[in-house]
Amino acid sequence: MSSIVKNSFRFVFFILIQRYVLNEIPPLHQFVTPYLYFLFILWLPFSINRFLLLLIAFLFGLTLDYFTQTPGLHAAPCLLIAYIRPYLLNLLIPQETTEQSYIEPSFKSMGGAPYSLYVFLLTFIHHFYLVLIEWLQFGDFIFFIGKVAATTAISLLLIFVTEMLFFRKAKFKTNAAYL
Amino acid sequence: MKNIFLFIGRHFTFVSFIVLQILCIIMLSKYNKTYEAFFSATANELTGKVNANLSNVYTYFSLKEINRQLSVENARLRDSLKANFIAPDSTKKLVTDTVTIDSIKQYRKFNYLPAKVVGNTISSQTNYLTLERGFKQGVRKGMSVLGPEGIVGVVIDVSENFSRVMSLLHRNSKVSAMLKKDNVAGSIEWDGVDPSYLTLRNIPKSSNIQKGDIVVTSNYSANFPSHLPIGTITEIINDPSTNFYTLKIKTATNFYSLQYVDVIENIQYAEQMKLENTKQKSNE
Repeated sequence: MSSIVKNSFRFVFFILIQRYVLNEIPPLHQFVTPYLYFLFILWLPFSINRFLLLLIAFLFGLTLDYFTQTPGLHAAPCLLIAYIRPYLLNLLIPQETTEQSYIEPSFKSMGGAPYSLYVFLLTFIHHFYLVLIEWLQFGDFIFFIGKVAATTAISLLLIFVTEMLFFRKAKFKTNAAYL
Repeated sequence: MKNIFLFIGRHFTFVSFIVLQILCIIMLSKYNKTYEAFFSATANELTGKVNANLSNVYTYFSLKEINRQLSVENARLRDSLKANFIAPDSTKKLVTDTVTIDSIKQYRKFNYLPAKVVGNTISSQTNYLTLERGFKQGVRKGMSVLGPEGIVGVVIDVSENFSRVMSLLHRNSKVSAMLKKDNVAGSIEWDGVDPSYLTLRNIPKSSNIQKGDIVVTSNYSANFPSHLPIGTITEIINDPSTNFYTLKIKTATNFYSLQYVDVIENIQYAEQMKLENTKQKSNE
């Protein structure tokens, strides 16, 4: 399956799952909102152009915003993690080996610890910025701290489950893998 | 000038990031002020279609609950039929052989437009409903929405065939309400904690309130007819620092299982808004 087809499919899939499954769950508590949709951005290929990455993240966030009627609320944090992503990847992976031989970030392509750190940091930054915007509109400081902590924990759990359920075969980019 | 282009060229990613980020913030702040989203009509039409298709599936599962709501509503309406009340007939009626002209001239103020709910969220801090009825079918911005058991929200955005409703469960929602027994008015808000409880503020401590008192919409609201049920008082929070009670209200509407609602059109809405929005000239 070509990378464009696969990622377009993921785009639609993540939006629908977020809006019609996760957002429909009856709220357990004010702080608990399950977010998974931004995993789409974390799973985009290594080789993607930085500007294109920003543009895709912006469109992706905005699409979800039009489903939830909050224009800009999800687009802004998506943009932020898309901007930080290349820098973080440069720090976390050994240069000129992984990026050339694997297509996208995963447990296998980056190694367990770097990938977990990558997911944790971007999840935290995403929620921090998202809740910050919400907090500026309403709410108090305890709402801010509590919601960042709770949503990050829930999201990490969801991402872990997703990684287990949809095991992605770490594909090699080079021809050597197919021999 | 050349240096500026060079700078932009070198930091192209950063500049585009900042530009898009600013765009997001502008959209967000503009939307919070006016509740008019960018390209909202097109986006509404698209998301509405997806919502409508999925709702066809959801409706099937809640048929039992809809039936119950309808029969309860029917019973309530039958209960208030004129035939149920008997007035001892002591009046005399003068019959004249001409057509009577109604000198009071009653006219209609509110129209009820039934609509199907095709989208509904309760889990976020800003909750909205999508209705499968839009501009073509007579829905306009600012109309109020009534569920089978109580009020639901206000229409904030309309596209051709769909409309968006700001639910009572929205951090910026504010509805004028009053106590049914003594007509003391306050305002209904939501604190974002529990979708089945609202907060009623600005009820003075002089009014005698008890748990279980019924809260209805007030006469002061331009979009809501008066005396529509909102909920019942479940908790009285007595804050010694103010002269007002903060009351916890159990919503009459069950927001978890909304399927059909009525959009209420106030025919005099435009006239009233025009009058209320004209600036009063002060004595100069």
